[in-house]
Amino acid sequence: MQSLEQTVDEILNLASSHFKVSRSELSPTDDFFKTLKIDSLQALELLTRLENHFRIELPDYEVQGVSDFQTLGERIQARL
Amino acid sequence: MKEFKGDAIAWEIVDGCIELVLDRPPCNEIGSITLQELERFTSALDSLETETHALIVYSRQPSGFCAGADLRELYYRSKEVGAEAAATGVRDFLERIHCVLNRIDASPLTTIAAVHGVTFGGGFELALVCDLIIADKMARFCFPELRLGLVPGFGGIPRLRRDLGNAIVRDLLLTGRSLNAAKANAVGLVSQVTAEGQALKVARLAASQVQKFDRTTSAAAKDFIKPIPYTELRREIELFCRLFSEPAVNAGLRKFVESTDALPYLP
Repeated sequence: MQSLEQTVDEILNLASSHFKVSRSELSPTDDFFKTLKIDSLQALELLTRLENHFRIELPDYEVQGVSDFQTLGERIQARL
Repeated sequence: MKEFKGDAIAWEIVDGCIELVLDRPPCNEIGSITLQELERFTSALDSLETETHALIVYSRQPSGFCAGADLRELYYRSKEVGAEAAATGVRDFLERIHCVLNRIDASPLTTIAAVHGVTFGGGFELALVCDLIIADKMARFCFPELRLGLVPGFGGIPRLRRDLGNAIVRDLLLTGRSLNAAKANAVGLVSQVTAEGQALKVARLAASQVQKFDRTTSAAAKDFIKPIPYTELRREIELFCRLFSEPAVNAGLRKFVESTDALPYLP
């Protein structure tokens, strides 16, 4: 199984590529709503992209209140 | 009326298929304007059905298929007219939307919902009246009503139970979580999952396949396999109306309306 660090790295790569933000500007502790300048609708889109990428199912209530990449990575890691 | 272009929906016949387009920003919320135009559509349906084989319902709004009932309209109208008149208005709205959805459900045409993005609440219920749901891989399905102190009111529970096992229905209803297209396909809700932006194209291919079959046989097969759960639909209206009078609903609606978020009822 891949490490949490790898998972967070993949999340950051995906977010950078989809939301057109330089990868170097993203770090695990960032608030993704602020860094990516996204609203809840786009956060839902990010969730769907992450589910498709990792081939997992992540109920949205599990990410309720989560706003940083690291915690998001931990939630995903628990499903891998 | 063979074609129509309104403020919220439009329809036309394309290659023997009716294409019903939802096109009201931000995400095709179903309020009084959409309801009136849907009623025009179902009035025209008797005539449209004589020269078509299939119906495709899709959205032109980038954010998704439909985010459900127009809760802002519901909240402000309720505030304006007072609790008693609001309750009467809600019942009237439900009776009318049920007539529309039951009519589409009962159509002899093969009906296809081509969905992408947000397919929530009333939007999910609109998709559920169709015979097939073809979903873009970015589609998400959800019944968020419990967050507002309500249950789905446009026939969602009986129709979901018609199509799926009770356990997944309870999961969706009681947790309010959303399902992605892959999961919806795995549980049998979605018949085909497409690449991003391809749901309509794939739905059109399915509609052209349907044209190869005898209309009467297709209609008979549909009538046999897809009974309309009228009794449960009626019970759902009563349950919704009972819950609507509870204080939790007004508080939930107010929270929703006062939020500036794009999807206030989501995490």
